[in-house]
Amino acid sequence: MAIEVRIPTILRTYTGGERAVEAKGDTVAELIDDLESRHDGIQERLLENGEARRFVNIYVNDEDIRFTGGLQTALSDGDTVVILPAVAGGAR
Amino acid sequence: MTRYDSLVDSVGHTPLVGLPSLSPSPEVRLWAKLEDQNPTGSIKDRAALAMIEKAETEGRLTPGATILEPTSGNTGISLAMVASMRGYRLVCVMPENTSEERRQLLRMWGAEIIASPAAGGSNEAVRVAKGLALEHPDWVMLYQYGNPANAEAHYRGTAPEIHADLPEITHFVGGLGTTGTLMGVGRYFREHQPDVRIVAAEPRYGELVYGLRNLDEGFVPELYDESLIDSRFSVGPRDAVRRVRELIAAEGVFAGISTGAILHAALAQANKCVKAGERADICFVVCDGGWKYLSTGAYEGTLDEAEDRLDGQLWA
Repeated sequence: MAIEVRIPTILRTYTGGERAVEAKGDTVAELIDDLESRHDGIQERLLENGEARRFVNIYVNDEDIRFTGGLQTALSDGDTVVILPAVAGGAR
Repeated sequence: MTRYDSLVDSVGHTPLVGLPSLSPSPEVRLWAKLEDQNPTGSIKDRAALAMIEKAETEGRLTPGATILEPTSGNTGISLAMVASMRGYRLVCVMPENTSEERRQLLRMWGAEIIASPAAGGSNEAVRVAKGLALEHPDWVMLYQYGNPANAEAHYRGTAPEIHADLPEITHFVGGLGTTGTLMGVGRYFREHQPDVRIVAAEPRYGELVYGLRNLDEGFVPELYDESLIDSRFSVGPRDAVRRVRELIAAEGVFAGISTGAILHAALAQANKCVKAGERADICFVVCDGGWKYLSTGAYEGTLDEAEDRLDGQLWA
Protein backbone atom coordinates (compact mmCIF):
# COMPACT_ATOMS: atom_id res chain seq x y z
CA MET A 1 0.00 0.00 0.00
CA ALA A 2 1.73 3.14 -1.19
CA ILE A 3 0.92 6.57 0.12
CA GLU A 4 2.46 9.74 -1.21
CA VAL A 5 4.05 11.93 1.45
CA ARG A 6 4.93 15.52 0.56
CA ILE A 7 7.99 16.78 2.36
CA PRO A 8 8.54 20.49 3.14
CA THR A 9 11.75 22.16 1.97
CA ILE A 10 13.19 22.25 5.46
CA LEU A 11 13.05 18.44 5.86
CA ARG A 12 14.33 17.47 2.40
CA THR A 13 17.82 16.97 3.76
CA TYR A 14 16.38 13.69 5.08
CA THR A 15 14.92 12.63 1.73
CA GLY A 16 17.90 13.39 -0.51
CA GLY A 17 16.16 16.51 -1.76
CA GLU A 18 12.99 14.66 -2.82
CA ARG A 19 9.79 16.77 -2.58
CA ALA A 20 7.61 13.70 -2.26
CA VAL A 21 8.34 10.14 -1.18
CA GLU A 22 6.28 6.98 -0.87
CA ALA A 23 5.65 5.25 2.41
CA LYS A 24 3.43 2.54 3.89
CA GLY A 25 1.23 2.22 6.93
CA ASP A 26 -2.35 1.71 8.11
CA THR A 27 -2.06 4.76 10.37
CA VAL A 28 -0.04 7.98 10.33
CA ALA A 29 2.11 6.58 13.18
CA GLU A 30 2.98 3.50 11.10
CA LEU A 31 3.63 5.68 8.09
CA ILE A 32 6.13 7.78 10.04
CA ASP A 33 7.84 4.62 11.34
CA ASP A 34 8.17 3.49 7.74
CA LEU A 35 9.56 6.89 6.70
CA GLU A 36 12.11 6.71 9.51
CA SER A 37 13.29 3.31 8.31
CA ARG A 38 14.45 4.84 5.04
CA HIS A 39 15.06 8.46 6.05
CA ASP A 40 16.97 8.22 9.28
CA GLY A 41 16.27 11.07 11.72
CA ILE A 42 13.08 12.43 10.16
CA GLN A 43 10.84 11.04 12.91
CA GLU A 44 12.54 13.05 15.62
CA ARG A 45 11.95 16.24 13.60
CA LEU A 46 8.24 15.47 13.22
CA LEU A 47 7.25 14.07 16.59
CA GLU A 48 7.70 14.90 20.23
CA ASN A 49 6.22 12.94 23.15
CA GLY A 50 4.19 10.80 20.77
CA GLU A 51 2.52 13.73 19.01
CA ALA A 52 3.23 16.02 16.09
CA ARG A 53 5.56 18.82 17.19
CA ARG A 54 3.95 22.18 17.87
CA PHE A 55 5.18 23.75 14.63
CA VAL A 56 4.57 20.67 12.47
CA ASN A 57 1.21 20.16 10.76
CA ILE A 58 0.34 16.83 9.14
CA TYR A 59 -2.60 16.57 6.75
CA VAL A 60 -4.26 13.45 5.34
CA ASN A 61 -6.19 14.31 2.19
CA ASP A 62 -5.95 17.98 3.20
CA GLU A 63 -7.41 17.44 6.68
CA ASP A 64 -5.29 18.23 9.78
CA ILE A 65 -4.78 14.99 11.70
CA ARG A 66 -5.06 16.76 15.06
CA PHE A 67 -8.82 16.73 14.44
CA THR A 68 -9.14 13.25 12.91
CA GLY A 69 -7.53 11.03 15.54
CA GLY A 70 -3.96 12.31 15.59
CA LEU A 71 -1.24 9.79 14.77
CA GLN A 72 -3.87 7.02 14.89
CA THR A 73 -5.64 8.54 11.86
CA ALA A 74 -6.30 5.68 9.45
CA LEU A 75 -4.73 5.63 6.00
CA SER A 76 -5.72 3.82 2.86
CA ASP A 77 -4.18 3.31 -0.55
CA GLY A 78 -4.10 6.45 -2.64
CA ASP A 79 -4.28 8.86 0.30
CA THR A 80 -2.04 11.90 0.21
CA VAL A 81 -0.13 13.02 3.26
CA VAL A 82 1.22 16.58 3.41
CA ILE A 83 3.69 17.74 6.05
CA LEU A 84 4.05 21.51 6.55
CA PRO A 85 5.64 23.78 9.10
CA ALA A 86 3.17 26.08 10.91
CA VAL A 87 3.67 29.63 9.65
CA ALA A 88 1.86 32.94 9.99
CA GLY A 89 0.95 32.66 6.31
CA GLY A 90 -0.36 35.48 4.26
CA ALA A 91 -2.39 38.64 4.15
CA ARG A 92 -3.65 39.54 7.56
CA MET B 1 -31.87 50.46 11.35
CA THR B 2 -29.34 51.30 8.67
CA ARG B 3 -28.50 54.85 9.76
CA TYR B 4 -25.21 55.42 11.64
CA ASP B 5 -23.51 58.45 13.17
CA SER B 6 -20.32 57.87 11.15
CA LEU B 7 -18.62 55.34 8.91
CA VAL B 8 -16.81 53.73 11.84
CA ASP B 9 -20.15 53.19 13.58
CA SER B 10 -21.38 51.17 10.61
CA VAL B 11 -18.86 48.31 11.03
CA GLY B 12 -20.59 44.92 11.16
CA HIS B 13 -24.30 44.14 10.74
CA THR B 14 -23.51 42.46 7.41
CA PRO B 15 -26.03 40.49 5.33
CA LEU B 16 -26.33 36.71 5.34
CA VAL B 17 -27.33 35.41 1.93
CA GLY B 18 -28.43 31.96 0.80
CA LEU B 19 -26.64 30.19 -2.05
CA PRO B 20 -29.46 28.29 -3.78
CA SER B 21 -27.35 27.11 -6.72
CA LEU B 22 -24.27 25.90 -4.81
CA SER B 23 -26.27 24.27 -2.02
CA PRO B 24 -26.38 20.53 -2.77
CA SER B 25 -30.01 20.01 -1.65
CA PRO B 26 -32.88 21.66 0.23
CA GLU B 27 -31.70 19.75 3.33
CA VAL B 28 -28.06 20.80 3.01
CA ARG B 29 -27.85 24.54 2.53
CA LEU B 30 -24.97 26.99 2.25
CA TRP B 31 -25.12 30.55 3.55
CA ALA B 32 -22.61 33.34 2.92
CA LYS B 33 -21.86 36.03 5.53
CA LEU B 34 -20.93 39.02 3.38
CA GLU B 35 -18.11 40.62 5.33
CA ASP B 36 -16.95 42.40 2.19
CA GLN B 37 -19.79 44.82 2.93
CA ASN B 38 -17.92 46.36 5.84
CA PRO B 39 -16.70 49.98 5.42
CA THR B 40 -13.24 49.20 3.99
CA GLY B 41 -14.44 46.03 2.31
CA SER B 42 -13.30 43.27 4.63
CA ILE B 43 -14.03 41.38 7.84
CA LYS B 44 -10.94 43.00 9.39
CA ASP B 45 -12.86 46.20 10.11
CA ARG B 46 -14.38 44.39 13.07
CA ALA B 47 -11.05 43.36 14.62
CA ALA B 48 -9.32 46.67 13.85
CA LEU B 49 -12.05 48.74 15.47
CA ALA B 50 -12.26 46.43 18.49
CA MET B 51 -8.48 46.47 19.06
CA ILE B 52 -8.27 50.27 18.79
CA GLU B 53 -11.25 50.82 21.08
CA LYS B 54 -9.85 48.41 23.68
CA ALA B 55 -6.45 50.16 23.61
CA GLU B 56 -8.22 53.51 24.02
CA THR B 57 -10.24 52.22 26.97
CA GLU B 58 -7.09 50.86 28.61
CA GLY B 59 -5.33 54.17 28.10
CA ARG B 60 -2.61 52.68 25.87
CA LEU B 61 -3.69 54.79 22.88
CA THR B 62 -3.74 58.52 23.41
CA PRO B 63 -4.26 61.31 20.86
CA GLY B 64 -1.39 61.54 18.36
CA ALA B 65 -0.06 58.05 19.20
CA THR B 66 1.65 55.81 16.63
CA ILE B 67 0.18 52.37 15.98
CA LEU B 68 2.50 49.62 14.68
CA GLU B 69 1.19 46.41 13.11
CA PRO B 70 2.56 43.49 11.08
CA THR B 71 -0.02 43.27 8.31
CA SER B 72 0.13 42.57 4.62
CA GLY B 73 -3.39 43.51 3.90
CA ASN B 74 -6.86 43.88 5.18
CA THR B 75 -6.07 44.49 8.85
CA GLY B 76 -3.75 47.31 7.85
CA ILE B 77 -6.38 48.87 5.60
CA SER B 78 -8.99 48.65 8.36
CA LEU B 79 -6.61 50.05 10.98
CA ALA B 80 -5.60 52.85 8.57
CA MET B 81 -9.21 53.95 8.12
CA VAL B 82 -10.04 53.94 11.84
CA ALA B 83 -6.66 55.50 12.76
CA SER B 84 -7.09 58.33 10.25
CA MET B 85 -10.57 59.10 11.61
CA ARG B 86 -9.23 59.19 15.19
CA GLY B 87 -5.96 61.00 14.61
CA TYR B 88 -3.41 58.20 15.05
CA ARG B 89 -0.35 57.55 12.92
CA LEU B 90 -0.13 53.99 11.53
CA VAL B 91 3.04 52.10 10.56
CA CYS B 92 2.46 48.75 8.79
CA VAL B 93 5.15 46.11 8.37
CA MET B 94 4.38 43.99 5.31
CA PRO B 95 6.16 41.43 3.12
CA GLU B 96 7.46 42.93 -0.11
CA ASN B 97 5.56 40.36 -2.24
CA THR B 98 2.08 41.69 -1.49
CA SER B 99 -0.12 43.22 -4.14
CA GLU B 100 0.20 46.81 -5.36
CA GLU B 101 -3.50 47.46 -4.73
CA ARG B 102 -3.00 46.88 -1.02
CA ARG B 103 -0.04 49.25 -0.86
CA GLN B 104 -2.02 51.96 -2.64
CA LEU B 105 -5.01 51.48 -0.35
CA LEU B 106 -2.84 51.73 2.75
CA ARG B 107 -1.18 54.91 1.53
CA MET B 108 -4.55 56.35 0.55
CA TRP B 109 -5.77 56.08 4.16
CA GLY B 110 -2.48 57.61 5.35
CA ALA B 111 -0.53 54.57 6.54
CA GLU B 112 3.26 54.30 6.32
CA ILE B 113 4.71 51.03 5.03
CA ILE B 114 7.90 49.25 6.12
CA ALA B 115 8.81 46.27 3.90
CA SER B 116 9.88 42.91 5.27
CA PRO B 117 11.57 40.18 3.16
CA ALA B 118 9.27 38.11 0.92
CA ALA B 119 10.85 34.82 2.01
CA GLY B 120 9.14 33.71 5.19
CA GLY B 121 5.96 35.66 4.47
CA SER B 122 4.09 37.01 7.45
CA ASN B 123 6.47 35.23 9.83
CA GLU B 124 9.12 37.74 8.80
CA ALA B 125 6.70 40.67 9.10
CA VAL B 126 5.85 39.61 12.63
CA ARG B 127 9.54 39.32 13.51
CA VAL B 128 10.42 42.73 12.01
CA ALA B 129 7.47 44.37 13.78
CA LYS B 130 8.45 42.86 17.14
CA GLY B 131 11.97 44.30 16.63
CA LEU B 132 10.59 47.75 15.79
CA ALA B 133 8.38 47.64 18.88
CA LEU B 134 11.52 47.20 21.02
CA GLU B 135 13.24 50.13 19.28
CA HIS B 136 10.19 52.37 19.68
CA PRO B 137 8.68 51.69 23.09
CA ASP B 138 6.25 54.60 22.64
CA TRP B 139 4.64 52.95 19.59
CA VAL B 140 1.57 50.83 20.26
CA MET B 141 1.57 47.41 18.63
CA LEU B 142 -1.98 46.09 18.63
CA TYR B 143 -0.73 42.68 17.46
CA GLN B 144 -3.72 41.01 15.85
CA TYR B 145 -2.28 37.48 16.32
CA GLY B 146 -2.37 37.73 20.10
CA ASN B 147 -4.85 40.49 20.92
CA PRO B 148 -7.98 39.04 22.58
CA ALA B 149 -9.99 42.02 21.24
CA ASN B 150 -9.58 40.50 17.76
CA ALA B 151 -11.48 37.34 18.73
CA GLU B 152 -13.80 39.35 20.97
CA ALA B 153 -15.04 41.34 17.95
CA HIS B 154 -16.39 38.10 16.47
CA TYR B 155 -17.68 36.80 19.80
CA ARG B 156 -19.70 39.99 20.26
CA GLY B 157 -20.51 40.80 16.63
CA THR B 158 -20.10 38.23 13.88
CA ALA B 159 -21.37 35.20 15.82
CA PRO B 160 -24.51 36.70 17.41
CA GLU B 161 -25.44 38.22 14.04
CA ILE B 162 -25.20 34.79 12.40
CA HIS B 163 -27.06 33.13 15.26
CA ALA B 164 -29.93 35.64 15.00
CA ASP B 165 -30.21 35.26 11.22
CA LEU B 166 -29.72 31.47 11.15
CA PRO B 167 -30.79 29.84 14.41
CA GLU B 168 -30.80 26.45 12.67
CA ILE B 169 -27.05 26.70 11.89
CA THR B 170 -25.15 23.39 12.07
CA HIS B 171 -21.68 24.39 10.80
CA PHE B 172 -19.58 27.53 10.69
CA VAL B 173 -16.66 27.67 8.24
CA GLY B 174 -14.07 30.42 8.47
CA GLY B 175 -10.54 31.19 7.35
CA LEU B 176 -7.62 30.44 9.64
CA GLY B 177 -5.12 33.29 9.72
CA THR B 178 -4.81 35.22 12.93
CA THR B 179 -7.49 32.73 14.05
CA GLY B 180 -9.52 35.65 15.46
CA THR B 181 -12.72 34.91 13.52
CA LEU B 182 -12.74 31.20 14.34
CA MET B 183 -11.78 31.71 17.99
CA GLY B 184 -14.49 34.33 18.59
CA VAL B 185 -17.25 32.58 16.66
CA GLY B 186 -16.14 29.19 18.02
CA ARG B 187 -16.29 30.33 21.64
CA TYR B 188 -19.70 31.95 21.10
CA PHE B 189 -21.25 28.78 19.70
CA ARG B 190 -19.53 26.51 22.26
CA GLU B 191 -21.37 28.58 24.88
CA HIS B 192 -24.69 29.20 23.13
CA GLN B 193 -25.26 26.28 20.75
CA PRO B 194 -22.53 23.70 21.33
CA ASP B 195 -23.65 21.28 18.63
CA VAL B 196 -22.55 23.77 15.94
CA ARG B 197 -19.38 22.39 14.33
CA ILE B 198 -16.54 24.85 13.73
CA VAL B 199 -14.56 24.23 10.55
CA ALA B 200 -11.28 25.98 9.68
CA ALA B 201 -10.00 26.53 6.15
CA GLU B 202 -6.29 27.22 6.04
CA PRO B 203 -4.66 28.51 2.85
CA ARG B 204 -1.73 26.44 1.56
CA TYR B 205 0.85 28.60 -0.21
CA GLY B 206 3.80 27.95 -2.45
CA GLU B 207 7.04 26.67 -0.97
CA LEU B 208 8.65 30.08 -0.60
CA VAL B 209 6.26 30.94 2.22
CA TYR B 210 7.29 27.85 4.20
CA GLY B 211 10.99 28.55 3.74
CA LEU B 212 11.96 28.56 7.41
CA ARG B 213 15.58 28.19 8.42
CA ASN B 214 14.55 25.74 11.10
CA LEU B 215 11.34 24.31 12.46
CA ASP B 216 11.60 26.20 15.73
CA GLU B 217 10.90 29.39 13.76
CA GLY B 218 7.38 28.14 13.06
CA PHE B 219 4.49 30.25 14.23
CA VAL B 220 1.14 29.53 15.83
CA PRO B 221 -0.88 32.65 16.71
CA GLU B 222 -1.12 33.22 20.45
CA LEU B 223 -4.91 33.46 20.07
CA TYR B 224 -5.23 29.92 18.73
CA ASP B 225 -7.09 27.43 20.92
CA GLU B 226 -7.45 24.05 19.25
CA SER B 227 -10.42 23.08 21.44
CA LEU B 228 -12.64 25.67 19.73
CA ILE B 229 -12.29 23.96 16.33
CA ASP B 230 -13.67 20.63 15.12
CA SER B 231 -11.87 20.19 11.81
CA ARG B 232 -9.22 21.96 9.80
CA PHE B 233 -8.71 21.78 6.05
CA SER B 234 -5.65 22.87 4.10
CA VAL B 235 -6.65 24.37 0.73
CA GLY B 236 -4.26 25.08 -2.11
CA PRO B 237 -4.51 27.92 -4.64
CA ARG B 238 -5.99 25.77 -7.41
CA ASP B 239 -9.04 24.78 -5.36
CA ALA B 240 -9.39 28.31 -3.97
CA VAL B 241 -9.41 29.85 -7.45
CA ARG B 242 -11.79 27.21 -8.82
CA ARG B 243 -14.27 27.87 -6.02
CA VAL B 244 -14.03 31.65 -6.16
CA ARG B 245 -14.90 31.43 -9.87
CA GLU B 246 -17.81 29.07 -9.13
CA LEU B 247 -19.10 31.50 -6.52
CA ILE B 248 -19.31 34.34 -9.02
CA ALA B 249 -20.67 32.15 -11.83
CA ALA B 250 -23.34 30.36 -9.79
CA GLU B 251 -24.33 32.97 -7.22
CA GLY B 252 -23.00 36.31 -8.49
CA VAL B 253 -20.83 36.83 -5.41
CA PHE B 254 -17.46 38.45 -6.30
CA ALA B 255 -15.10 37.42 -3.52
CA GLY B 256 -11.38 37.44 -2.77
CA ILE B 257 -9.29 34.31 -3.21
CA SER B 258 -9.20 33.34 0.47
CA THR B 259 -12.99 33.07 0.35
CA GLY B 260 -12.56 30.45 -2.38
CA ALA B 261 -10.52 28.38 0.09
CA ILE B 262 -13.25 28.76 2.71
CA LEU B 263 -15.97 27.81 0.22
CA HIS B 264 -13.93 24.74 -0.75
CA ALA B 265 -13.97 23.56 2.88
CA ALA B 266 -17.67 24.44 3.19
CA LEU B 267 -18.52 22.35 0.12
CA ALA B 268 -16.41 19.45 1.43
CA GLN B 269 -18.42 19.65 4.64
CA ALA B 270 -21.70 19.88 2.68
CA ASN B 271 -20.82 16.74 0.72
CA LYS B 272 -20.05 14.86 3.93
CA CYS B 273 -23.50 15.82 5.25
CA VAL B 274 -25.21 14.74 2.03
CA LYS B 275 -23.45 11.35 2.16
CA ALA B 276 -24.40 10.90 5.81
CA GLY B 277 -28.01 11.85 5.09
CA GLU B 278 -27.84 14.69 7.63
CA ARG B 279 -29.62 18.04 7.49
CA ALA B 280 -27.17 20.94 7.49
CA ASP B 281 -27.15 24.72 7.41
CA ILE B 282 -23.56 25.70 6.75
CA CYS B 283 -22.53 29.32 7.17
CA PHE B 284 -19.21 30.49 5.73
CA VAL B 285 -17.45 33.83 5.63
CA VAL B 286 -16.91 35.97 2.55
CA CYS B 287 -13.84 37.77 3.96
CA ASP B 288 -13.52 40.41 1.26
CA GLY B 289 -14.31 41.19 -2.37
CA GLY B 290 -12.08 40.30 -5.30
CA TRP B 291 -11.07 43.84 -6.19
CA LYS B 292 -7.70 43.84 -4.45
CA TYR B 293 -6.65 40.61 -6.16
CA LEU B 294 -7.41 41.38 -9.82
CA SER B 295 -3.72 42.01 -10.53
CA THR B 296 -2.82 38.53 -9.22
CA GLY B 297 -4.33 37.06 -12.39
CA ALA B 298 -6.56 34.67 -10.44
CA TYR B 299 -9.75 35.64 -12.23
CA GLU B 300 -8.68 35.18 -15.85
CA GLY B 301 -7.39 32.37 -18.04
CA THR B 302 -7.21 28.68 -17.19
CA LEU B 303 -6.83 27.24 -13.70
CA ASP B 304 -3.30 26.13 -14.57
CA GLU B 305 -2.36 29.69 -15.49
CA ALA B 306 -3.94 31.09 -12.34
CA GLU B 307 -2.17 28.49 -10.20
CA ASP B 308 1.19 29.38 -11.75
CA ARG B 309 0.62 33.09 -11.20
CA LEU B 310 -0.29 32.60 -7.55
CA ASP B 311 2.79 30.49 -6.77
CA GLY B 312 4.89 32.41 -4.27
CA GLN B 313 2.20 35.04 -3.68
CA LEU B 314 0.46 35.58 -0.37
CA TRP B 315 -2.98 35.11 -1.88
CA ALA B 316 -4.90 34.91 1.39
